[in-house]
Amino acid sequence: MKRSALIAIGLVAVLAVLGAGAAYYAWEPEIPPVDPGKRPAFDPALIRRGAVLAALGDCNTCHTAPGGKPFAGGLPIPTPFGTIYSTNITPDAETGIGRWPEAAFARAMRRGVDRERRHQYPAFPYDHFTKVTDEDNRALYAFLMTRQPVGAETPPNALPFPINFRPIVAGWKLLFLREGPYKPDPSRDAVWNRGAYLVEGIGHCGACHTPRNMLGAEKQGQMFSGGDAEGWHAFAINHQSPSPILWDATALAAYLRQGWHGMHGVARGPMAPVTANLANAPDEDVTAIAAYVASVMGEASPERREQSDRLISAAKPSGIGDKPQSAGSQTVPPTASGDLGKAIYASTCASCHESGRPVPYGGISLSLSSVVNSDDPRNLINVVLAGLPAAEGVKTAIMPGFAAVLTDPQAVALLAYLRAEFSDRPAWTGLEAQLREARQSHVALKTTSGPGRPTSETISEDKP
Amino acid sequence: MTQLMVNGQTREVDADPDTPLLYVLRDDLELHAAKYGCGLGQCGSCTVIVDGEAALSCVTPLLLVEGRSITTLEGLGTAEDPGPMQQAFIEEQAAQCGYCIAGMMMRAQALLQKNPDASDAEIREALEPHLCRCGTHMRILKAVHRAAGLMRAASAAPAKGAA
Amino acid sequence: MTAPITISRRSALQGAGALIVSFSLARAGFAQGASETPEGKAAPHLPGSLAVDPHLDAWIRIDADGSATVFTGKAELGQGIKTALIQVAAEELDLPPARITMITADTGRTANEGYTAGSHSMQDSGTAIRNAAAQVRELLIAEAGKRLNLPAGQLKAENGAVIAPDGGRLGYGDLVGALDLHVAAAEISTLRDPKSFKILGTPMRRVDIPAKVTGGAAYVQDMRLPGMLHARVVRPPSYGATLKQVDMAAVEAMPGVARVIRDGNFLAVVARREYQAIKAMRTLAAAAEWQEDAHLPQQGDLAAFIMGMPSKDYKILDQHGEAGAAVLSLEVTYTRPYMLHGSIGPSCAVAHSEDGAVTVCTHTQGVYPDRAAIAELLRLPPDRVRLIHVQGSGCYGHNGADDAAGDAALIASKMPGTPVRLQWMREQENAWEPFGPAMVTKARAALDASGRIVDWNYAVWSNTHLTRPGPAGTLLAGQHIAEPFPVPEPKPIPLPEGGGDRNAIPIYTLPNAEVMHHFLPDMPLRVSALRSLGAYMNVFSIESFMGELAAAANVDPVAFRLNHLDDPRARDVVTLAAERFGWDGRPKSQDGRGCGFAFARYKNLAAFCAIAMEIETERETGRIRVRRAVAAVDSGQIANPDGLRNQIEGGILQSASWTQYESVSFDTARITSIDWATYPILRFHAVPDSVEVHLIDRPGLPFLGAGEAAQGPAAAALANAVADATGQRMRDLPLTAAKLKAAIGV
Repeated sequence: MKRSALIAIGLVAVLAVLGAGAAYYAWEPEIPPVDPGKRPAFDPALIRRGAVLAALGDCNTCHTAPGGKPFAGGLPIPTPFGTIYSTNITPDAETGIGRWPEAAFARAMRRGVDRERRHQYPAFPYDHFTKVTDEDNRALYAFLMTRQPVGAETPPNALPFPINFRPIVAGWKLLFLREGPYKPDPSRDAVWNRGAYLVEGIGHCGACHTPRNMLGAEKQGQMFSGGDAEGWHAFAINHQSPSPILWDATALAAYLRQGWHGMHGVARGPMAPVTANLANAPDEDVTAIAAYVASVMGEASPERREQSDRLISAAKPSGIGDKPQSAGSQTVPPTASGDLGKAIYASTCASCHESGRPVPYGGISLSLSSVVNSDDPRNLINVVLAGLPAAEGVKTAIMPGFAAVLTDPQAVALLAYLRAEFSDRPAWTGLEAQLREARQSHVALKTTSGPGRPTSETISEDKP
Repeated sequence: MTQLMVNGQTREVDADPDTPLLYVLRDDLELHAAKYGCGLGQCGSCTVIVDGEAALSCVTPLLLVEGRSITTLEGLGTAEDPGPMQQAFIEEQAAQCGYCIAGMMMRAQALLQKNPDASDAEIREALEPHLCRCGTHMRILKAVHRAAGLMRAASAAPAKGAA
Repeated sequence: MTAPITISRRSALQGAGALIVSFSLARAGFAQGASETPEGKAAPHLPGSLAVDPHLDAWIRIDADGSATVFTGKAELGQGIKTALIQVAAEELDLPPARITMITADTGRTANEGYTAGSHSMQDSGTAIRNAAAQVRELLIAEAGKRLNLPAGQLKAENGAVIAPDGGRLGYGDLVGALDLHVAAAEISTLRDPKSFKILGTPMRRVDIPAKVTGGAAYVQDMRLPGMLHARVVRPPSYGATLKQVDMAAVEAMPGVARVIRDGNFLAVVARREYQAIKAMRTLAAAAEWQEDAHLPQQGDLAAFIMGMPSKDYKILDQHGEAGAAVLSLEVTYTRPYMLHGSIGPSCAVAHSEDGAVTVCTHTQGVYPDRAAIAELLRLPPDRVRLIHVQGSGCYGHNGADDAAGDAALIASKMPGTPVRLQWMREQENAWEPFGPAMVTKARAALDASGRIVDWNYAVWSNTHLTRPGPAGTLLAGQHIAEPFPVPEPKPIPLPEGGGDRNAIPIYTLPNAEVMHHFLPDMPLRVSALRSLGAYMNVFSIESFMGELAAAANVDPVAFRLNHLDDPRARDVVTLAAERFGWDGRPKSQDGRGCGFAFARYKNLAAFCAIAMEIETERETGRIRVRRAVAAVDSGQIANPDGLRNQIEGGILQSASWTQYESVSFDTARITSIDWATYPILRFHAVPDSVEVHLIDRPGLPFLGAGEAAQGPAAAALANAVADATGQRMRDLPLTAAKLKAAIGV
C-alpha cells in the first residue's frame, strides 16, 4: 500500500482523538504585540550566548532560503504531508517576529504556538525546543532581535486538507509533545548532561536522525535509529550506526567541528550546514554533544571493534598520492575487466578514492564509508550524481557529480559493485527506482551546495 | 575499438576504455577545444555535451560514453560560420586568454538547449562549476544572454516565414 | 604616365620570406650581434623598442601583394596586444587591419623586446611599431614621389596605396620592390595627427578570439607535430627534496612508454599517448623515494616571520618641508599572503631537438631571456636554441611557463629527432609555480587641523618580485638536474618601476614623507612576478590608509584624495569615476551595504585608474558581495578601447578574487594549496551585478600601460567599502568571510 494512503487512513483514525485533544490544547491566547522601537537594549553577553545557541540549533539553515538573507525564512521544507515554508525570524515588524515579546518567543519554543496564537507545524521542532531553558530562550531572543530586519513574506504552505487546518496540530501535540525543559540526569556527569541537553533540545538531532511515524512524530523507542532529511538518509547514530569504523567521542567532536574526519569522510547533504555552524560553537559544547552521542551509541561488540580496527590498519595511506607536488592527487586506476560496475569504479572513482591523499581533499577509501555501508543507498546515490560542489571562497572537498554521464544501468552497476566490494552488508534492492527519484529531486542535489555557508577557516589549515 | 557519435559523426577510437574522454577527443580525434585544466572536475575547462547534458570530460572515462552522442565546441560552428553561441562570444568579445571559454560555452549551450529563456540567476548557477582566471565573467554572462537571444531569434525565424 | 612597375627578385623574396614559418634559427635580415637585452644600447635615442633594434624591416615588411607583416617581440597573453598592435600599424601605415599579419615573440624572427610584462607592451612595442610604420609610410610616399616625379607633399597614403593629386594610385606592393627597408629608423617620425585617426582609438574585434571560440588552433597545449610524444614530469614533494631511489624498470615496461628519464632529481616520462604518460607519471611518482629538507615558515604567523627576516634597507623617499601642526596621527600594518598566478591551463611546451639545435614552442613571457636560460641548461650556444611564443592559458606574470619550456627542452634534448609535448599537472602548477610574495607594510601619518596630511611614513617588507630567466638556475630543471646550476642572488628591481616597492611612493602631494623598502633576500617559498608585483599590496595599503585618514579627518574620501592630488590627469580619473558612480548621491552605509573608493597611477608612470565600488556584506556570515564597480582609466592614447575595457574589467574581477579569498597554504615542508579545492578562487555566484569602465582618451599622448592598473585600486576600493559597510577596517589579506565575521562579532 502506498505510503500516502496509509497516512490518510491513519489520519482519519486519529481525528477523533485529535478533536478531543484539540479542545484542551487548542486554546492559547494571543500575546499582544510590542513596538520594536521600544524594545530595551540587550546585554551584549546575552546576545553572544544567543549566537552560540543559534549555531548549536542550526537555526539559519532552515530559516534561510537559497540565496536569501539569513533568518529571513522562505526555505521550502518537503515533508510527507506537503511543503512547509520556513518563517522569517528576523526582527522585521511586518513580516518577521519584530513585534513578538519575549513571552511569545518562549511560548513558540516551548509549545509551538506563535504570537497570534496559531499552532505551528512540528517541522519547527518544538518537540525538541521545549527542552530549552527559559534562560537560553532569553538569550536566543536577544540574538534574534538584534539581527538585521529583513522584509520578506513567508510563502504560504502547500499542505492538503485536513493538514492545512492548523488546530489539528493541537491534537498532534497532545499525542507527541512532552512539554517542559530538560531535566538533568543526576546519575550522569555534567558533560553528559550538557550534551544531552543540547542534543535533545536546541540541537534537535533526533529531528533527522530518529525515524518518524505516520503522523510525522519521532518514533518512541527508536531514538537515533536513522531517519530522513530532504532526500537524504540521516544515519543511525546509536548502536545501529552503519559506520564501518567505530565512532568515539573524540572522532565525533572532530567531525562535528571540522565537517570531516579522516576515517569517516566529509559531511554533506543537510549535515554540511550543521557542521558549518558547529565550527563556530565553543569547543566544550561540541565536546559535550560528542560525549553524549558516543554514550548513546554505547559499547560496540568485540566483533565490530575487531572489524573496525582491521579496516583502520588496512586504510593507512599507502604513500601513493601523498606526494601531491610530485605527480598529483590521483593515482593510476587499476585495470579492470568484466564486471561493468568494477570497470566504472576503477576508471572513474579509484584514481581519487585510492590515491591515499588524506580526507577531506582526497577521496575516502570506500571501505570506510558509512554511505556505502548504510542500508539506505540514497546518500551514495546523491553523492554519485551531484558530487560535492565547491563552497564559496573557502577550502572544501570538491567532487565532480556524475549525473550527466552515468546512464541508469551504469549507475546501478556502479552502486551494486560498490556495495558488494566495500561492505559486508546485503545488496541493495530497488536501486533503479531510487536513482530515478534522486535524479528528479532537485532538493536532494541542491542541499549539497556549499555556497553561502562558509565553514571555519581553521579547518583548512590543519592536515589530518 | 570504441564507437562514439561525435559532433554528429560516427567515430571509432582505439584507446583504453579507462582513458578520460578529454584525451580521446584531443589526441585521437584531434578536437582540441576541450581543455585540460585540473583533471579533477574542479574547473570546468574540459566540459563537453554528452547526450544533451554538460559533462566534465576529464573525469569521464571512455567506457561510460560508448555509443553515445558527444558535442564539442567544434560541433557548434566554425570561425567562418559560427553558431549562435560562438557568434555571441565574438560579438561580446567575451574572452581574454580564452582557455576556459570552450567549457563555459558548452555548459551554456546545454543550459539553453533545455531552457532557452534561462534567467541571469539560472545562467550564473549553471556556470558555477566553471573557473575563469582572467576575470572575463561579466562578458561571459553577457555573451550567454546574447546567445539565448540569437537562438530564440533563429527558432522564431521559420515560424515568421510561414506566417 | 606612370612608369612600368617591376618587382625585383629581392623584394619579392623579402616579402614572401616573411610568411614562411621557417625553423631556421637565426633571424634572417636582422643585424647580427644585436644586443640580447632589452636595455641594449643599440640606439638609445630612438623611441620605444626601436632602441633595441632600429632597422625598419625588423618591425615592418611590406609584401609584394601590398599587405604588411609586422613583427613584435611581445607576446599575446590573452590581453589583446596582437590586435592593439595591428591597430597601431594599420593607423600609421594606412592599411586595412585585415591586410596586416602580426608576428609575435620568436627568437628566430622578432626583435628582442625582453619580457611581455609590466604593462610595457604598448609603451615599448606599440611606440616602436607606430614610429616604424610611420617611417615606412613616408618611405613609400617618397618612393611614389620619385616614380611620379611629384613632391612628397602632394601625395598621401590611403588604404594601402599612395594617392596622387589626380587620383592615381600606387599600391604599397607596387612600390615596395624598389625600397630597402633594412635601414635604420630616423629619430623623428612623421606621425599621423590623432585628429585624423581612423583605426587607432576605435574598438576592434580581437583577431585571436574567433579561433578561441570555435576550437581552432589557438594554444601551445593544442600543438600536435608529426611523430610527437607526450611527456610528464615528476616533481619532488617539496623544495630541495633529493631523490633517494626510484625503480624505473616497472614504469619503462608500461604500455606506450618510450622513455623514463632521471637526471639527478629531475624525473620525467615520455609516452606515445597522453594518458599513458599520465599513468606512467603517477606510477613513477609512487615509486620514487625522496629525502625532504624543506622548512617552511609558520603560516599562522607569517607577518612576524616576514618582518623578522634579514633585510637590505633602502630609503626610497625622504622629503621634508613646511607643514601645519599635527593634531592627529594613525599607524597601521597591512599584510598579504603568498598568492598563486593560478593559470587555468597548466603550463605546457613543445620542444624538438634536431641536428644539435633545439626549438621550443612556449607560452613564456620572454622568449629571449628564456632562450638564454634553456641554452645554458642544455649547454648549447644561444644561436642553437630557438624559442617561439605560442599562446597558452593566461599567465598574469611569471608562472610555470618558463620552467615547462625548460623541462620540455631538457627532455627533447635527450630524445633527438622526436618532438615532445610536455604539460604540467594542476598540482604541479600550484605547488611549483613561483608565487606572488607575501608582504607586510606599515603606514603612519599625521593630519593637521584642516585635515591635510602633514607627515607620511611608510615601509614595505618584501622578497624580490623577479626571479625570471635568465640564468639556467632560475629554471626548475636547472635546479633539479644532477649537475645543477646555482640559483641567482635575488635583486630588487630598481625604481621608478620597482618590485616590492612598486607604487610604494604615494602619488599624493605630501610635505613630509619617508618611504622605506626592506628587501628580503631569503626566499622560503619560490616567488616571482605576479601581475602588478608589489603595486597590488602597496596600493591596497596606501589607498586603504587614505580611507582611514579621510575617516579620521571626517572628510569625504574622494574629496580627501583630491585635496592631496595635484596631477591634473590623476584628478580627472578620480573625478570621472566618482561622477559616473554617483559618488555624491551614493547609498548610505546601512544594512551591510557600503561604498569604497581608491585610485593609483600604476608604477607612478603608467595608466591612471580610479575605482568606486558598492558592496553588500552579510553580517551573519561575513560574506562580501561586490554589487557594482565603476572604473575610470587614462592610459594615454588608446589603441583599442574595448580591449582596454576588457583588461580593466578582468583586473577588477581578478583582484576581487585575490582580495576576498586567496592565499597559498603550506605545512612545515610542503605546499598544500595544490588544486581548486585547496585554493579557492572567484566563482560565478560572487560575480558583481555590473562593472563599468570609463575611458579618458588622450589622443596623441604616449601609450601608457594599463594591463595591471586595476589590481591595486580594486583591492583597496573593496576594503574601503567593507569599512564603510561594517565599520570594520580589514588590513590582513585576504578579506575572508570568516575574518570579517570575526571582526563584526555577533
